Amino acid sequence: MNIHEYQGKMLLRAAGVPVLEGVHCTTVDQALNAYDNLGSKVVAVKSQIHAGGRGKGTVMNPSSRATVMEGGVKIAFSKEEVNTYATNILGNLLVTIQTGDEGKIVSNLYIEAGCDIAHEYYLALLVDRDNKSVLIMASTEGGMDIEEVAEHTPELIHKVVVDGNVGLLGFQKRDLGMALGLKGGALKSFGKLLSSMYTMFCAEDCAMVEINPLVRTGADEMVALDAKISFDENAEFRHKNWDDLRDLSEEEDTEIRAKETGLSYVKLDGNIGCLVNGAGLAMATMDVIKLYGGEPANFLDVGGGADEEQVKTAFSIILEDPNVKGILVNIFGGIMRCDIIARGVIAATEALSLQVPLVVRLAGTNVDEGKAILAASTLNIHPADDLAEGAQKIVALIGGEE
Amino acid sequence: MAIWIEEDAKVLVQGITGKQGMFHADKMVEYGTNIVGGCTPGKGGQTVDLQGKPFPVWDSMTAAITETDADATVIYVPPPFAGEAIMEAADAFDSVKGEGVIVCITEGIPTLDMVKAVAYVNNRPGVRLIGPNCPGIITPGETGGAKIGIMPGHIHAKGRIGIVSKSGTLTYEAVAQTMSIDEGQSTCIGIGGDPVNGTGFIECLAAFQNDPQTEAIIMIGEIGGNAEQEAAAWAATNVTKPIVGFVAGATAPPGKRMGHAGAIISGGKGTAEEKFEAFREAGIACAMDPSELGKVLLESLKTAGLR
Repeated sequence: MNIHEYQGKMLLRAAGVPVLEGVHCTTVDQALNAYDNLGSKVVAVKSQIHAGGRGKGTVMNPSSRATVMEGGVKIAFSKEEVNTYATNILGNLLVTIQTGDEGKIVSNLYIEAGCDIAHEYYLALLVDRDNKSVLIMASTEGGMDIEEVAEHTPELIHKVVVDGNVGLLGFQKRDLGMALGLKGGALKSFGKLLSSMYTMFCAEDCAMVEINPLVRTGADEMVALDAKISFDENAEFRHKNWDDLRDLSEEEDTEIRAKETGLSYVKLDGNIGCLVNGAGLAMATMDVIKLYGGEPANFLDVGGGADEEQVKTAFSIILEDPNVKGILVNIFGGIMRCDIIARGVIAATEALSLQVPLVVRLAGTNVDEGKAILAASTLNIHPADDLAEGAQKIVALIGGEE
Repeated sequence: MAIWIEEDAKVLVQGITGKQGMFHADKMVEYGTNIVGGCTPGKGGQTVDLQGKPFPVWDSMTAAITETDADATVIYVPPPFAGEAIMEAADAFDSVKGEGVIVCITEGIPTLDMVKAVAYVNNRPGVRLIGPNCPGIITPGETGGAKIGIMPGHIHAKGRIGIVSKSGTLTYEAVAQTMSIDEGQSTCIGIGGDPVNGTGFIECLAAFQNDPQTEAIIMIGEIGGNAEQEAAAWAATNVTKPIVGFVAGATAPPGKRMGHAGAIISGGKGTAEEKFEAFREAGIACAMDPSELGKVLLESLKTAGLR
């Protein structure tokens, strides 16, 4: 789960990480008031969307897609400029390298005081799968795309792995700061910032905290100029405050509803809907559809213990996508029994009066009963014995409609 | 021989009084797993009926292991408490007998809880953690065997193919594929789809290489991270037995979590293409479709003179 920069900065400030004064706005008037209240001659007007590359993005009119302005983060030197930028951004589409062509409508702005920058750095905390621990990455190349830095000048990225048994140690903070060339007050400020940030990372169950840029001011203080924070959704049960931080407009509506019913759904661009049990098998089903010339419309994992009702919900979610021209059900019954799935499939196709071709592949526990139930039904269900056959059948069945 | 879990291994169930724990404990007893009891704090002294027989429940893992000399434990504890359940089991195995296998089935454990739990387990060198978010481990026997987890027992048969996979249902698919060419399994391990887990591919490959019963290996990965690439590179110089591989997620879009918390392509890294490439470079025979694993395995066995 991602949150906006302004929300991330609230968390950072509360944790004791130095950030600049800023105000979250949703209207131009609020932005103008914010300018007056901040008392800073120079302010940054920042679009708030869950995607990077905002500064280099393009603001467009959502209907005509005409360019309104280059850049979704602007430095304003006067109230008039705040007015212009806020008007240009709010309600319009921001297209960045990370949003894809469709872009995102900007409904939130962050007006932030200016600051005297001596140097820009990069800093990130994340869970490192290789070391099975928290990894801290820092670079002197702040403000740049870190993937580019990693590719071309990996020696400029410095790393510290936190030992899960003991936590972040003093020498690790010093080593990392010195690797960045920090001295004196800046080194001290960096160490303090790192402690606060690591504590927050753990307390808030973050998956990643990325500060790009982290800046050293003229007064040798380290300040987080940006904040990209994502949470580990597995830890949602112990963070009641996440409900307030969640911006549902940033999430796919069907994906949210799927999650509420215990299904895992991701929408894709193809036309063959998939209903599968297990994440790995669901991915493999998509892959095999593609292998035999089709395009999957979605990833959908009904989980290990789905019942008739969940199967029905899964079908209705798949069918909400108007691109879907056919559905492939692929179930390897373990704990889940094939006869239950077969009944669920029949109930769902009847209730939703399914019009598109349906191929069902069942294997595992009670497979014979499941197949018998499907065979006895008068519905137009095409059986398949294995995944390859199922994929080939559904691709052939929708072939004429391409 | 098999790896880590012998056919007659003595197994405890953590969370045995819960709905999931009791359901699967019953299935394990039905399969023939040597379940010796379970642990639920606060319910010590009670018994649980599995397949019509009473099984004892202890308050603590230390007591349970001391009483039963268990070899392994399987965890069905809900996510908020699962990290601690792992650490309790690790401490108990370590202090009572210096060794033990912990299989954690639970899905949805906070990642930072797992960071702590894995560090804790790794401090106790005799203790092995499998999972979490996995189907478990099974060593099929001539009759019965040790099924520790949630996999459907009846699809398995004792044999010479070792299977290691990140995904549950894809493991079952791989098992069915071995059966389709009249091969059984030595041990099947689901290592789980979480970003931070216990036993990894390399440890499984090393154990299969050293296991006389295992003559060939199926390795199934998925997008996210680079465990598959590292395992492939390691296998190239350390594994002499034939390996057949598949990677799920070739069509997954970047930046989207595909069900498993760990199954995400981030920063263009961890793609299926990259992993298949690493497999091929290491001489692993790849199936592009899991329904072809049997066919590819048969060819590999023939090439190795094993069929």
